[in-house]
Amino acid sequence: MLGLNAKDMSLLIVVAILTMCAPLILNPFPADSAMAQFNAGYPDLMQKFVIFGIFAIGFNILFGLTGYLSFGHAAFLGVGSYSCVWMFKLLGYNVLPGIALSVVTSGLFALLIGLITLRRSGIYFSILTLAFAQMSFALAYSVLSNPKFNLTNGETGLQVYANDPQWFHNSERLPDLPHIFGLSMRATQKVSVGGWEFQFNTGYYLCAFIMLICFYLAIRIFRSPFGMMLRAVKSNQQRMNYTGLNSRPYTLAAFVISGMYAGLAGGLLSAVDPLAGAERMQWTASGEVVLMTILGGAGTLIGPVLGAGLIKYFENIFSKINDNVLHGWFSFLPDGMEDLMVTLIHPFVGKGWHLTLGIIFMLVVTFLPGGLVEGGQRIGRMLSRKKSKEADSPASTEPAE
Amino acid sequence: MGILEVKNVGKRFGGLQALSDVNLSVAENTVHAIIGPNGAGKSTLLNCLIGKLIPDTGSVSFDGQSVLGRKPFEICQMGISRVFQTPEIFGDLTVMENMMIPGFAKRDGAFELNPMQRLLAQKDVIAHAEHALEDMGLADKRHMNAASMSRGDKRRLEIAMCLSQDPRLLLLDEPTAGMARADTNNTIDLLKRIKDERDITIAIIEHDMHVVFSLAERITVLAQGTPLVEDTPDNIKGHPKVREAYLGETQEVA
Ligand SMILES: Nc1ncnc2c1ncn2[C@@H]1O[C@H](COP(=O)(O)OP(=O)(O)OP(=O)(O)O)[C@@H](O)[C@H]1O
Ligand SMILES: [Mg+2]
Repeated sequence: MLGLNAKDMSLLIVVAILTMCAPLILNPFPADSAMAQFNAGYPDLMQKFVIFGIFAIGFNILFGLTGYLSFGHAAFLGVGSYSCVWMFKLLGYNVLPGIALSVVTSGLFALLIGLITLRRSGIYFSILTLAFAQMSFALAYSVLSNPKFNLTNGETGLQVYANDPQWFHNSERLPDLPHIFGLSMRATQKVSVGGWEFQFNTGYYLCAFIMLICFYLAIRIFRSPFGMMLRAVKSNQQRMNYTGLNSRPYTLAAFVISGMYAGLAGGLLSAVDPLAGAERMQWTASGEVVLMTILGGAGTLIGPVLGAGLIKYFENIFSKINDNVLHGWFSFLPDGMEDLMVTLIHPFVGKGWHLTLGIIFMLVVTFLPGGLVEGGQRIGRMLSRKKSKEADSPASTEPAE
Repeated sequence: MGILEVKNVGKRFGGLQALSDVNLSVAENTVHAIIGPNGAGKSTLLNCLIGKLIPDTGSVSFDGQSVLGRKPFEICQMGISRVFQTPEIFGDLTVMENMMIPGFAKRDGAFELNPMQRLLAQKDVIAHAEHALEDMGLADKRHMNAASMSRGDKRRLEIAMCLSQDPRLLLLDEPTAGMARADTNNTIDLLKRIKDERDITIAIIEHDMHVVFSLAERITVLAQGTPLVEDTPDNIKGHPKVREAYLGETQEVA
């Protein structure tokens, strides 16, 4: 179905069900329980899960398949964000033109940068992409923001002002916020069941739907002759060239495709919150998508989405656990013990969430080079081995997808 | 005039003159062996033919067209395939995928943007690859990762990959090194059969004289970067200069 084999189709269906039910799944704790702060089912965070999922899926097409490690993909994210806000300023608040333009401009930008950076490979390619991204950041932060020619609005960030043209905007019929055909991105339906509260948000569902399309397209790319050529680039580019294949356009196509995914993610960030700042292009943002991909499992289909989810969860949930919360958790202990526990855990939560993430990252890279996906596979294999202890060899030669 | 014409080719690496004044003409539809002691410059010569190295002097032409200045993939698309001295395959890919890549290079050319086509729907390329694997006796290994095969099997895979492109000129750099005796003999038989069935010219570098004398119609002996003699196998066998070269005693080459 849809040009997928049974295994890929079931993966797509599982992902579709999980994303559609995310508002339920991510809120497992009653709203007023002590555990409620681990609930991730609120619009802002769920949107980030799927948007950065798209970013990482696209990054994985370049890095996971061809092995070319770009340290500058945040530049495309930023270009997408700015493009989308410009559409808001010029045309109006409907998100579709903005999202479309963000894909187009980031694709063109990726073509330009790819043509230059792909002349080198390995560490030199990485450094070149980093340099270009930092140049883009500098351009966005200061150069392209002067009174005569203000493309990015510098430090403040690009946003919609009352005197913007917004040619097709009609304040009487349409919300003064990003919307899709009149339905505001911020529109949220809250449903309370017992002690639980679930939030169904337009912006999330639009982004989730787009992520599913992106995921589907990524599966198709992985399973195409083109995708196999990208893996050939990673495996032995020399051999590829001596086999009569020109590896350069293959890597360039992968670079542009992943740049378009990044731009789309950037456009969606603006669609759910119409403010585009230069910090989205910072090298830290480029590094984050590398971490997401490696953490989840580079070269696997679902890994990057898992990695993106994990990192965003840590960033938003662990960072909110402060000492008061910790005291609340350990208040059942005698005073001395309580203080000790709080002191011990304190460095790893709140502002220290990076520390926890760093430790997890090191553990994964050391013990699970294939990322979280490999972890899942190992557990799966262990379970199936237990189930059929007597059955003959469990080693399947299926590729790790 | 031969299908491959090498004229006055020279190549220097720093202080080492790896090739000097190499002239070689390989006639169409023949098997031409290049032999010589270690470090004679045999592999370097092949590198100059496929665009891996650019010779300092001289010219190389294939089928009347110069190959110098062309990129490796262009030279391959002209009809020259090469098996390397150390097996060059796609280690992370399966044996079957390894076989399909040259198939796509032949069918679609140097680049094809087809991200929405299904690999498994490319029946012609798959059938061709299956056939080539069977020919080489690798069919039962088709789902294996290529990197996990034995050295001899990797070599045979690489030969099969090159043959499946139906090249007009096949360059073999010690194709049977690391192979078991039986596989060596199978490879000789396969090459003989291919030669009879197709229009193919083969240039082969080989230390194993059994292979050389089973296949070659002409032999060039290379020593210290220069061709020493070129002759038929029978004449080469007893040639005193050849023995000298192999014993490494040649100081002065006339
Ligand atoms: N890229 C290179 N840079 C520097 N020196 C090189 C390079 N390639 C080959 N050489 C040197 O050139 C000489 C010829 O090497 P070449 O590999 O052509 O020999 P060969 O005849 O193929 O030997 P063998 O039978 O051992 O494969 C050797 O001395 C080698 O060290
Ligand atoms: Mg050699």
